[in-house]
Amino acid sequence: MFVIKYRKIFYWISGLLMGFSLLSILVWGLNFGIDFTGGSLLEVSYTSARPAMNTLQSDLSSLNLGQFSIRPVGDNGYILRTKNLSEPERQEVVAKIAGPNPESMTVKQFNTIGPILGDELRGKAILSIILVILAIVFFITFAFRKVSEPVSSWKYGLVAVVALIHDVIVPTGFFAILGHFANFEVDTLFVTAILVILGFSVHDTIVVFDRTRENLKHNGDAGPRRSFEEIVGRSVSQTFTRSINTSLTVVLSLIVLYFLGAESTHNFALVMLVGIIAGTYSSIFLGSPLLVTLEKWQSRKK
Amino acid sequence: MVRIRIAAIALLIAGALLGLFIYISQKPDSSYPFKLGLDLNGGTHLEYQADVSKVQNGDIKGAMTTLRNVIERRINVFGVSEPLVQTEEATINGNKVEKLIVELPGVTDIKEAVQLIGETPTLEFKTYTGSTTPSASASTSSINEQFKDTQLTGRYLQKATLEFSPNTNQPIVGLNFNSEGKALFAEITKANVGNIVGIFLDGKPISTPVVNEPILDGRAQISGNFTRVQAQDLVRNLNYGALPVPINLIGTESIGASLGADALAKSIKAGIWGFLIVALFLILWYRLPGVLAVISLGMYTVIMLVIFKLIPVVLTSAGLAGFILSIGMAVDANILIFERMKEEFRRGLGLEEGIREGFQRAWLSIRDSNLSSIITGLLLYYFATSALVKGFALVFFVGVIISMFTAITVSRTFLIAIAPKKDGKLSDFLFHRKSSDKKLL
Repeated sequence: MFVIKYRKIFYWISGLLMGFSLLSILVWGLNFGIDFTGGSLLEVSYTSARPAMNTLQSDLSSLNLGQFSIRPVGDNGYILRTKNLSEPERQEVVAKIAGPNPESMTVKQFNTIGPILGDELRGKAILSIILVILAIVFFITFAFRKVSEPVSSWKYGLVAVVALIHDVIVPTGFFAILGHFANFEVDTLFVTAILVILGFSVHDTIVVFDRTRENLKHNGDAGPRRSFEEIVGRSVSQTFTRSINTSLTVVLSLIVLYFLGAESTHNFALVMLVGIIAGTYSSIFLGSPLLVTLEKWQSRKK
Repeated sequence: MVRIRIAAIALLIAGALLGLFIYISQKPDSSYPFKLGLDLNGGTHLEYQADVSKVQNGDIKGAMTTLRNVIERRINVFGVSEPLVQTEEATINGNKVEKLIVELPGVTDIKEAVQLIGETPTLEFKTYTGSTTPSASASTSSINEQFKDTQLTGRYLQKATLEFSPNTNQPIVGLNFNSEGKALFAEITKANVGNIVGIFLDGKPISTPVVNEPILDGRAQISGNFTRVQAQDLVRNLNYGALPVPINLIGTESIGASLGADALAKSIKAGIWGFLIVALFLILWYRLPGVLAVISLGMYTVIMLVIFKLIPVVLTSAGLAGFILSIGMAVDANILIFERMKEEFRRGLGLEEGIREGFQRAWLSIRDSNLSSIITGLLLYYFATSALVKGFALVFFVGVIISMFTAITVSRTFLIAIAPKKDGKLSDFLFHRKSSDKKLL
């Protein structure tokens, strides 16, 4: 199987992707939006009919404020949430939403608002993700306990987690790049996307590992015993069509979502697309080959 | 065989009934409409002013964050109600005013909205400074004058429990403080041996016990002549969270959707096209089994939609995007089974055997991969500190279970129900079994 034979090339690809992603995250950082940072709230009302919401939306987009949300309030007002505005920025915003007859608009309040996802929650979320990772390692160790020869079952868990980290870092790095060049902001939807990727990645890795487990169990039943490397290679090629097809159905629904769905979910579809492709790549080209490498290290030590 | 066919028909009817339920319950005045989020539908905007005058210096921000979290937990128990709860700081005449914004999707009845939040109690501990024994008949204001605030509030409460007094068998409410609260309570009781420490609920004294000895274990009891039901309600409300500072409603307004009217239409359109394209792919690639996979995918969709209605899960554009994505993911089990079936055919098995083997051999990988997803969902749900993660975990968990059910039970029943007894040209074509496969036999 070429995947196993040329595994070093695929490690390089993964390594470069991860390195590049990490570098982008470190250098540019992530652009946290108002869901994380809080910002300003501006409430206005109009004495005459209020301007149309989409007009205001496109007017405000020209100001480069990053993500903002505007919603009608009562019969004749709007509430606008933005990043923290400086005084000149505030004046610009007010001028924009005043519309053609500024005297009809009054600013009812201009206040500071807090985040929806605070620091404290962020810390605890990371803790629960660490717990999830540990649980996954334990679960895989348990589920693969009958095939701990030649590679012990906890190593399957470890490799699954390596693939998981790969699958989460790559789209995050992608987002850091988009954050730097296209002003993409990390919001609650991004967090959801990463959680979906977390679930998908492990799921996908286990399906491929399962085949290795089955083939190891029946190794030598019919025909000669095969080496570990051969078995892993066969397993990857046997599950290849399934891996591609499952990703394809997910990718198809993401593409539909990107082109037809609401604009507010474009970024979500994009991050997911990168995450799913990374996840499929890692379950074929990273996870199983790593098992072979681990086995080679073991036998060399002996 | 007959039995399986009856089961298949029953499943089809059940699916059709669920679909009918979704259709009928969308009519106006139904009790199970889809609930739409603030981005798609609007709702109510409530503004509260928080009284932070008693908060010890410097920690106003901390108290406000706690306030926000408690209110959010109260109105978003399962994480799928999608409210917006946000602290707000206004400057009026040079003075800072702390406020809390609560926006509730779909709630148009302001009374209902206020009531939902009003059930969150304020719990305070105060020490007695008056000279006479406080009597229950005295007015609240005169009692309040005789008590001095302490730092200990419901913010430091870890858990409330329903207990019964060993002597009178009266229901009492047990309070357990967290480590900070424990230290505060120890300090207060140490300094007030022989004095009264009043427990105030929503500003009213409900229990005014005399401290006999310092309490170091962080446990207190409220015995307030409760009925059992009252005590139970109080325990429940305290466990959802006690407010760290009193709040006062200062304004309500109705709000509109933050996304344009076309956002919902676009999401629905994407959902329909997503389903159709995945269906087309399945049918072209897997032929007859693909058709069955589409039926089970249809079942997945209607069951999930019914669950969204029943819980109810508030649908935002983000939630709909996640659901569309899950349609692509839910077919994984079907793909695993069908690929395995093809493999079994290639090994030379006949149609009936191939189908059976395909299911059996795919089962382990479906079980273990989904188990890992279920574990992930459960852990995220139980350890979630933000409603966002909690709501995601709940929907993810339910989605995995339903997709497993539909892919395995539904697809399997149908496949067995229609599986041809004999291999023939047509059935070989329908099941993607190449005639060259047979030569291997």
